[in-house]
Amino acid sequence: MSAWLPVARDGTFWFPSQGSTNAAPADWVFYFILGISAFFFLLIVGVMTFFVLRYRRRRGVPAQATAHHNMALELTWTFIPLGLVGAIFYFGFVVFLDQRVQPNSPYEILVTGRKWSWSFTYSNGVTDRDLHVPLDTDVRLVMSSDDVIHSLFIPAFRVKYDLVPGRITKLWFRATREGQYPLLCAEYCGTEHSNMSATVHVHRPGEFEKWLNDASNRVLQMSPRDLGARLYVTKGCASCHSVDGKAGWGPSFRNIFGRQHVVREDGREIQVLVDENYLRESILDPQKKVVVGPYSAVMPTYQGRIKDQEINGLIEYIKSLKDAP
Amino acid sequence: MQSVAGVNYLNHGKGFRSWAFTLDHKRIAIMYGVAIVAAFFLGGVMSLLIRTELLAPKTPETFPIGNIMKPDTYNRVFTLHGAIMIFLFVIPGIPAIFGNFALPLMLGARDVAFPRLNLLSFHLYAVGTVFFVLTMLFGSLDTGWTFYTPYSTTTHTNVILATLGGFVLGFSSILTGLNFIVTIHKLRPPGMTWFKLPLFVWALYATSIIQLLATPVLGITLLLLIAERALGVGIFDPQLGGDPVLYQHFFWFYSHPAVYIMILPAMGVQSELISVFSRKHIFGYRFIAYSSVAIALLGFFVWGHHMFVSGQGTLASMIFSALTFSVSIPSAIKVFNWLATMYKGSISLETPMCYALSFIFLFGIGGLTGLFLGALATDVHLHDTYFVVAHFHYVMFGGVMIAFLGALHYWWPKMTGRMYSETWGRIAALLLFVAFNLTFFPQFVLGTRGNPRRYYDYAPLKELQPLHILSSVGAFLLLAAFTIMLGYLLHSLFRGRKAPANPWGGNTLEWKCASPPPPHNFETPPPVGDPYDFSHLEFDEAREEYVERSRTGEACTA
Repeated sequence: MSAWLPVARDGTFWFPSQGSTNAAPADWVFYFILGISAFFFLLIVGVMTFFVLRYRRRRGVPAQATAHHNMALELTWTFIPLGLVGAIFYFGFVVFLDQRVQPNSPYEILVTGRKWSWSFTYSNGVTDRDLHVPLDTDVRLVMSSDDVIHSLFIPAFRVKYDLVPGRITKLWFRATREGQYPLLCAEYCGTEHSNMSATVHVHRPGEFEKWLNDASNRVLQMSPRDLGARLYVTKGCASCHSVDGKAGWGPSFRNIFGRQHVVREDGREIQVLVDENYLRESILDPQKKVVVGPYSAVMPTYQGRIKDQEINGLIEYIKSLKDAP
Repeated sequence: MQSVAGVNYLNHGKGFRSWAFTLDHKRIAIMYGVAIVAAFFLGGVMSLLIRTELLAPKTPETFPIGNIMKPDTYNRVFTLHGAIMIFLFVIPGIPAIFGNFALPLMLGARDVAFPRLNLLSFHLYAVGTVFFVLTMLFGSLDTGWTFYTPYSTTTHTNVILATLGGFVLGFSSILTGLNFIVTIHKLRPPGMTWFKLPLFVWALYATSIIQLLATPVLGITLLLLIAERALGVGIFDPQLGGDPVLYQHFFWFYSHPAVYIMILPAMGVQSELISVFSRKHIFGYRFIAYSSVAIALLGFFVWGHHMFVSGQGTLASMIFSALTFSVSIPSAIKVFNWLATMYKGSISLETPMCYALSFIFLFGIGGLTGLFLGALATDVHLHDTYFVVAHFHYVMFGGVMIAFLGALHYWWPKMTGRMYSETWGRIAALLLFVAFNLTFFPQFVLGTRGNPRRYYDYAPLKELQPLHILSSVGAFLLLAAFTIMLGYLLHSLFRGRKAPANPWGGNTLEWKCASPPPPHNFETPPPVGDPYDFSHLEFDEAREEYVERSRTGEACTA
C-alpha cells in the first residue's frame, strides 16, 4: 500500500513534508477541520444508514407519526455547527495573519513571472531561474508579472500568492529544512503553464552566501558566450527556443545564425539575414519581424529588461550553436 | 379529469413547429431536457479526454500512455469541459427541465405566468448553445471557464464568441427566474399559502431571486471584457490602466451566487424525495424553506473567498472568510432535517431514493471540504489545486448531478408516461456512486500533495501518478454507468410499462393528474392540502400505484 501511494517518498498521506515555519500551523488547522468534518460525516452517514436499515419498508407496517418540527432540536443543530465553524474561522484567520504580516528586515528576493518561466534576482544582482534561500532566515519575495497572472506556489512551504501584472505582491517564509523542493505556477497562464516550474534550494548557513558569491563571480568572469548560455536559461528563452534543432513555440537557435529567414513585417513577407542586428532587434522588439513558420508570436519584449552586455552575450551564444561544416 | 381520453401533452400536436414554438411548459421542459443532456454528453466527452491525457506525466521514462494531445489542445478541452458543464448543464439543468415541468403542476396551474417568455428563454438557451458550438469550430477557447484577465484579453482564441454565448445564456436564465417568481406569487391556487408550498417550489423561488439579481452582473462583466478585447477600453488590463483583480471581483460576484443557483434546486428535489420515499411528513418545513432563502441571500456576500491569494487585502479576506462560514449553516440545517424526516419512516430504496441517499453522502463530503477552503490558512495551500477540483465536483456532480438524476427518475413516469426497470436503475445508481468516489476522492489527495489544477503535465510531481490513474479509471466507470442508464431509459421509452398517475405516492399536485399529463394539466384546480401528509394515500397492489384511501377507485386517472 505505502509503496503504491505517494506517502512513500516523503511526508504524510495528505501532505509533502513540512519545509517552512508556516507549514506546521497550516497543517494543524487542516487536521483540526479534518477531525470535525470526519466526525460529522460519520455521524450523518451513520444515522442515515441506521435509519435505512431500521425503518426499511415492510408490508403492512406504515410510517409512524412523529412531530413535524422541534424548535429545540433545530436550534441545537444550528448553534453547535455555528460555534464549530466559528472556531475553524478563528484558527484559519490567526495562522493566515502570521503568513501575511511581513517580518522585520527579511532577506529580499525579487521575483518575476512570465510565460513560462521564473527569474529570481538577488541582492548582488545575480539572476537565476531557481530560487536559492538560506535556512532558518526570513525571506521575502517581492513579486511582479511581465504578462498575465501567475501564482507562486511552494507546496512544501504551504505558501502561495498571485503575481499580478501592474502591481507588486509579497510573500514571506522561513525555510526549516535543507533540501530541494518544487516551485510551481498555480494560476493558469496558457500553453506551458504546467511546465512553469522551478526548484527551491534551501542552503545551510554559509552555503547560501557561498552560492551567491560564486554565482556573481561566474557572471563577472564569464566569456560573452558563457554569459549568453546562462541568460538563455535565466531569461526564459529556453522555454520556447531549443538549441538542438527541434521546433518549439519559436524557432530553434541551432544553426540559425547566418541563415536567410522569411519574416513577416507589417503584413508583408520579406527575406532577412539572421545576423547580429536582426537578433538584437528580435530580442528588443520581437513582434516587429515574425519568422514565418509553425510558431506562435508570443514572445514578450525585452526592451528595458536586458543590458547591452547581455544582448551581446546572447548573440555570441547563438552564434556558437553552429554545427561544424 | 382529462377531457378527451388518451390525449396528453406529448401526442397533442405533431411536427417540428408544434414543438419548437409550443407555449406548453411541459414541452418546453422536454426540449430543454434533450438540449441539456446533449450538452452534458459533450462536456462528458471532454472530461474523458482530460482523464486519458492525465494517465501519465510527461517524463522520458514513462510509458507513453495517455499522451493523446498537445498542451494547447488540452487547455481548450478543459476550458470547454468547464464552460459547457457550467453554463449549459449545471446552471439551467434542474430549474429549466424539472422546474419548468413540475412547477405549474405543483401549483395546480395550467402553465407558468408568461408562457411566451418561457419559450423565449428556451430559444435564447438554444442561441447561446449555438455560440458555444461556433466557438469550438472557430478558434476555440483556452481561458478556463473563468475568463480571467489579462489572459482572456490577450489570448488568440475566440473569447468574444464564447462570452457573447455566455451573455445570451444569461438572459435565458434571468427570464426563467423572472417567470418563476411571478408564477409562484400569482398562480398559487386558493388555499395554497406560502407555507403549504412544496419545498421544491421554495427552492426554485430562492434560485430565481439569485438568477434575477446576480446574472445581470455577469452580463455586464462579459460586455466589459468584450469592450476591452475588441475596442481596447482599459478596464481590467494594467497596460491600459485597468486592474485585473477588479475582473475577479466582478466575475465572482455572479459566479459564486451561481453556485447556489445550481445547488438550491437540487436541495429542493432532495426534500421531496426524502419525504415521499420515507412516507413521512418533512421535518422542520419552515427551517428548510427559510434556509433556502438564507442561502440565496448570504450567497451574495462570500465571493471574495475565491481571491484569498489574489492580491485582495487581508482585511477583506478575513471578512469574506467569516461570511463564508455563515453560509454553511443553512446547508447543515437541511441535511439534519432530511435525516430527521427519515426517523421512524417507512423507507423504500427505489431508484430516486438511492440518488437521494447518494446525495447526502456525496454532498456531505462536498460541503465539509468547503470548510478547508473557507478557512484562510488552509486555503492558501489548497487554492487552485486538485483539492478545489475535487471539492466542487463533489458539490456539482455529487450534489447537483445526483439530484438531477434523482429528479429524472422521480418525474420520468410523469413526463414520459412510462416506467423504467427498477433493477437496472439501482445498479446504475450504485455504479455511479462507486465510480464517482473513485474518480474524485483521489483528487483531494492530489490537491493536498500540491498538484495544481489545469495542469497538462505533472512531471515535477510524478510520484502522484497512481492517484491520477485511479481517478481516470473512475471516469471510465462513470461512462459505463451512464451508458447503462441510457440503455434502460431508452428501453423504458419504447417498451416500458405504462406509468400510473401516482407511482411513488407523492402528495404534491403533479401526482393528481394523469401520466403523462393532458395538454392543459387540470380541467378544474385540484384540492389543495398539506403536500407532505401521506396518511390518506395507500398502495393499490392491482393498479401498482398509490390511491386515496377515502376515494379508492375514483382517483383522477379515471
